[in-house]
Amino acid sequence: MKKLFLTASAAALALAASAGYAAARDQIQIVGSSTVFPFTTAVAEKLGQGGQLKTPVVESTGTGGGMKLFCAGVGENTADFTNASRAIKDSELETCKANGVTPVEIKVGFDGIVLANSKAGTVVDVTKEQIFKALAKNVAVDGQVVPNPYVNWSDVDASLPATKIEVLGPPPTSGTRDAFVELVMDEACQEEVKAANEKGCGEIREDGAYVEAGENDNLIVQKLEANADAFGIFGFSFLDQNADKLQGSKVEGVEPTFENIASGDYGVSRSLFVYAKKEHVGVIPGMEEFIAEYTSEAAWGPDGYLADKGLIPLPDAERATVAENAKALKGMGS
Amino acid sequence: MTDAISTLGGGRPVSIHTDDAAKARLKTRYAAEMRFKWLGAGAVALAGFFLVLLLSTVVTQAWPALRMNYLMLPLDLSAAKVDPAKLDGFDFQGVINDALAAEFPDVTSRQDRRLLRGLISTGAGTFLRKDIAEDPGMLGTTVDYAVPLDDFADLYLKGLLADVGTDEAIATTVTPSGTTGDIELTFGDDAMLALARGHGATEGENGALTLTSGAASLLVALNGGTVKLTALAPGDGGTVVAKGLVIEALDSNAPAATGQAALRVIDTPESSRKISDKEIVWLDRLQSEGLTESRFNSIFFFTGASREPELAGVWGAVVGSFLTMIVTLAIAFPIGVSAAIYLEEFAPKNRLTTIIEVNINNLAAVPSIVFGLLGLAVFLNFFGLPRSAPVVGGMVLALMTLPIIIIASRASLRAVPPSIREAALGIGASKVQTVFHHVLPLAMPGIMTGTILGMAHALGETAPLLMIGMVAFIVDIPGGFTDPATILPVQIFMWADFPEPGFQQKTSAAILILLAFLVIMNAIAVILRKRFERRW
Repeated sequence: MKKLFLTASAAALALAASAGYAAARDQIQIVGSSTVFPFTTAVAEKLGQGGQLKTPVVESTGTGGGMKLFCAGVGENTADFTNASRAIKDSELETCKANGVTPVEIKVGFDGIVLANSKAGTVVDVTKEQIFKALAKNVAVDGQVVPNPYVNWSDVDASLPATKIEVLGPPPTSGTRDAFVELVMDEACQEEVKAANEKGCGEIREDGAYVEAGENDNLIVQKLEANADAFGIFGFSFLDQNADKLQGSKVEGVEPTFENIASGDYGVSRSLFVYAKKEHVGVIPGMEEFIAEYTSEAAWGPDGYLADKGLIPLPDAERATVAENAKALKGMGS
Repeated sequence: MTDAISTLGGGRPVSIHTDDAAKARLKTRYAAEMRFKWLGAGAVALAGFFLVLLLSTVVTQAWPALRMNYLMLPLDLSAAKVDPAKLDGFDFQGVINDALAAEFPDVTSRQDRRLLRGLISTGAGTFLRKDIAEDPGMLGTTVDYAVPLDDFADLYLKGLLADVGTDEAIATTVTPSGTTGDIELTFGDDAMLALARGHGATEGENGALTLTSGAASLLVALNGGTVKLTALAPGDGGTVVAKGLVIEALDSNAPAATGQAALRVIDTPESSRKISDKEIVWLDRLQSEGLTESRFNSIFFFTGASREPELAGVWGAVVGSFLTMIVTLAIAFPIGVSAAIYLEEFAPKNRLTTIIEVNINNLAAVPSIVFGLLGLAVFLNFFGLPRSAPVVGGMVLALMTLPIIIIASRASLRAVPPSIREAALGIGASKVQTVFHHVLPLAMPGIMTGTILGMAHALGETAPLLMIGMVAFIVDIPGGFTDPATILPVQIFMWADFPEPGFQQKTSAAILILLAFLVIMNAIAVILRKRFERRW
């Protein structure tokens, strides 16, 4: 028994020691946004299927978390790419530069944020202002800023159905929530609310009308199926994949379809980005091939496999420019 | 009280509860006992009901994932098509697409070809390349090859996608005006009008009806082909003239007699399902020709993760779990048992050991995410170990399991009677000999049980691994302790989050595999305890 202990402990020590000097990394590491995750993983898999390179490892850490890991420095223990559901912030770019990292920005496409409900419910046509009134924590009533008093959609506007306001959406940690706040709540913010509190526009009510449903959008889909009166807020790809169960609400009279988001007619859409670390090109194998695969027509084109996954492609001319800049590894701020 | 005793003293076998108050009290006591029994039984029944509900949901969800539909296609791998000298980077998917196109010579437009190619998994070429690499004898011949279908085609054939209806004979004559393209069908009576109206057709002028993509699909099969109706209008003499689009070419434009043509109604509108009418017709044709085959889903069990539901497998996660568990066991078992032996048998009982003991008990209750943060701060940032590696995951889980193993080991060491130790010491054994030759072997079954339960606990954890990068999309199957890897619960979590409906079944199937592992580990613990346990 004693011998067994000794060998086991020795084995454990040896293991720990061998891990200390890991061999040079031959596999790309990608971190970042959970919204871009489904698209980047598809590209990663395609790269691996080629048989020449190892499949990159893709982690879903959220845009902010990804930027932190990405900008931490240069070297094998830092990520090579980061996904982002918004453009890099100035503060993040400064951190990157301070740590010797030159990000190469690749705008890969658009994503629409939809308000959808079960097919059993009615299609509604809402304006951003109505969404703000239904979901904001504080709204202005007769010039007074008060806690949101609206119970039914019909209280917000007579044209809307007389059902209870019940919206399932992402929690504050989510990039989708950030974008939703920026594109809908901030934009349609009432003057009185803005005057009362600069940050008040982004505050979403906490009295049960808005339910934070976690990051799992499939869960929202299941809950919407069970409750015909409830609405959900999530990325377009989930609506696209569940078209047999859900219907998207019109926002400002525009239906959330592939074509409307691509053309920019649908008002609640954002750009998605992937940032590459210029310093790792040539050090970690496959960096250039990965960029080339992502920016190939077979991937991000209108008929590409990323479109099948729900990514809305950029206009033709913009795709060409972005692809050119990416291939030339045009770093930011250099 | 004295009354009761005196009655007993009387020697007669009478109830000691004589007066009414006592009887009432007895009744309430019995009632309380019955209530408790029923409540207990009810609680057990409720728990059992939910367990059965959970398991049956998971099993019924998982069942379809155990089989998968393949398309048997004759592939031309002759030298003219595939040059054996240039296999690297060869477009094997193209060979498969050509073979599929050969089955449908009528499908010529670029868009339809694309739709047709979509029936086949995008990873089919990769499988073909692997199979050829293993068996180069396939080259130069024509082989019948099982091509995996795309997830939506697979779900359709399993009947999980939409209510797609069945063929029903049309009780009148149907006369087509052509064999391909846009044609007109003349129905002998006007039953079709009412039928179309009942399925969401849009009303036009003079009783005409249009069927948009938002209405149900009406497919008419006649003369060996299929026509999709797009508009209907009343014709002369009670007939109905319908405009239609030929999906599959008709053999002739001869009129079909009563009962010869068949109608299929697909109630879900084409716009709201993920499979189009064309794909349904093509798949039905392939199925009726016997080219589709449902097989055991070996892809699910023996490949790594994928973004395509039909290509996703659990093997990568199973190997990752296994590697992680080996590291956990190699670290936690020796350290945990040694610590338990020292604390129980050798350490002096003083303030310091009491503090240590209290802290070990507290550690067992620390939320697991905290260990993940520790792993990030110490193993990754300080020691610079690689991200996403099983060795780091194993170390983090070992820290989490240690207190459980120590507590279980101490309990079973304590359960060994002091007489064993005294007897050993009495015949001159040293303290170390006493512990290792006599106490430890007797305590081993208990220690093993505790360890296995601790490992089973660690196997189901995801939270501590979130911080160290093991919650990631990893396709390649890990080959060693420092390769990026993920584990089963993480795989389940990620699949549950993917939008494609095909992943729902895979999620449930992976849950079943994880449950099977846990049941096996717990069964081993029970067997060890039953076999080697000694009672005094």
